[in-house]
Amino acid sequence: MAVTIKDVEKTAFLARIDLSEEEKNKFTEEIKIILDHVENFVDLNTENIPPTINILPLYNVMRDDITRPSLDKNAVFQNTSHEEDGMFKVPKIL
Amino acid sequence: MTDSKYEVVIGLEVHTELKTNTKIFCSCSTEFGGEPNTHVCPGCLGMPGVLPVLNKRVVDFAIMAGLALNCQIAEFSKFDRKHYFYPDLPTSYQISQFDQPICKNGYLEIDINGEQKRIGINRIHMEEDASKLVHGGASIATSSYSLVDYNRGGVPLLEIVSEPDIRSPEEARAYLEKLKSILEYTEVSDCKMQEGSLRCDANVSVMPKGSKEFGTRVEIKNLNSFRALKKALEYEVMRHIQALEEGEPLIQETRTWDENKGITLSMRTKEEAHDYRYFPDPDLVPVIISREWVEEIRRNLPELPQARKERFMREYGLPAYDASIITSSKALAEYFDACVALYPEAKTVSNWLMGDLIRSLNAEDQDIRDCRIRPEMLVEMLRLIDNKTISGKIAKTVFEEMFQSGKKPADIVKEKGLVQITDQGEIEAMVDQVIEANPKSVEDFKSGKEKAIGFLVGQVMKLSKGKANPNMVNELLRKKLK
Repeated sequence: MAVTIKDVEKTAFLARIDLSEEEKNKFTEEIKIILDHVENFVDLNTENIPPTINILPLYNVMRDDITRPSLDKNAVFQNTSHEEDGMFKVPKIL
Repeated sequence: MTDSKYEVVIGLEVHTELKTNTKIFCSCSTEFGGEPNTHVCPGCLGMPGVLPVLNKRVVDFAIMAGLALNCQIAEFSKFDRKHYFYPDLPTSYQISQFDQPICKNGYLEIDINGEQKRIGINRIHMEEDASKLVHGGASIATSSYSLVDYNRGGVPLLEIVSEPDIRSPEEARAYLEKLKSILEYTEVSDCKMQEGSLRCDANVSVMPKGSKEFGTRVEIKNLNSFRALKKALEYEVMRHIQALEEGEPLIQETRTWDENKGITLSMRTKEEAHDYRYFPDPDLVPVIISREWVEEIRRNLPELPQARKERFMREYGLPAYDASIITSSKALAEYFDACVALYPEAKTVSNWLMGDLIRSLNAEDQDIRDCRIRPEMLVEMLRLIDNKTISGKIAKTVFEEMFQSGKKPADIVKEKGLVQITDQGEIEAMVDQVIEANPKSVEDFKSGKEKAIGFLVGQVMKLSKGKANPNMVNELLRKKLK
């Protein structure tokens, strides 16, 4: 399958990852190898096989609607120094 | 307002927060108005290594809403991740449903100029709500940062997507009103638009009449009141028609409604076209909905607006118009039921509800659930009219006072000396005085102008400060002028 440097740039943009030119070339090669491998499956007959949503043979895993205590405030902010008025401070959005 | 040369095509996407105790995928409280970031856990904060577990009541509510909206309930449904970067989601994806939503192919009926029109519902799906962003500093334009409160993140939502069957801003409003009413009746959501538990986006396009090709579609966000919905659509339709008339191009885009300026504005985003990269959420297993489960919920479905309207017409003999106004809000219908249980003159109750009560509530922008006049108070007032303690006219004063102060009608009548005058001699004296002072009207009446009596009755009522029994006034006047 043809993977171009443009595909890699778009993927990197969607994931918000900055890549150097060198990295872009490297990943274009590597992703091509992965996709070529996946290409092998195209020939398989999947006619009556439903898509795999989840590999576990489980369904309807649900809980009752009963509240449990939320986190303590100190715990909420323990991994950040960006707190103001009990909220998380993030870069300007607009 | 719509030029007959053009046809308007509107579809609505409505988000409604479900009235569950806990969030959709964790056991944090969904309560509105808590201190910021106090209803959060490692799950809804998007910490690594935490698994979502589906709240069963969300599925129950989705099935219930689906049944109330005449949808097919899927036998197999799953959750998908919708990816985008925005700080209102700590995981950078929203858990939603993509190609296998829980409900499909429903409809509701709206009343347009006395005719029923069916509006299709394409789908209903379950998803998590995003968090609330507050901008720091003086204004959103000048602030250098934003603040995030994750309390709302993970609150269960239903997204209800209509078919593009809506043909005018009026129909859009009627659809939203009907949808809100049905959701309130099923009690899956409290639908408080001012608290954001019911929100609406609209897709709109305009095409020349008879055209087979839809016009350019624009999405308008942030339509969070009935007024905003109607005004924004009216504005947008006008903008499209103007562009078509002048041959100017319209672009497919997302716009936002600016309530203050009364216009829609383009929401230019730096990003290229959205690429949400939906895929099944591997942390959640599918939901399989047995027909027994669906039937169980169907059996417990409460009375819906249409059924209640028909019951009010059948049981109480209400006219269709009264019945549809009163049943449009569940709380109002319950209020009516409570009144009629105590006082069986249903039409009298309906007249007070549709007149003074709704008017007063609207004037104060008050919800009937917060109204100080409780059903038993209104009924007590109606009995005071019946036993001639007060006149219908004085009752309006009593009503107003009850509405403001919440005092009992009998106490108000006593305090303000509003007891009706039924003493023959007292009324007669006032009638004589009015006849004396208005020779012209007396002459008019005697020469056959029936209307003049109304004026004279009014004068007596005025003289008695509204307290004279109007029937007695009328009778005495006629007797004396014969």
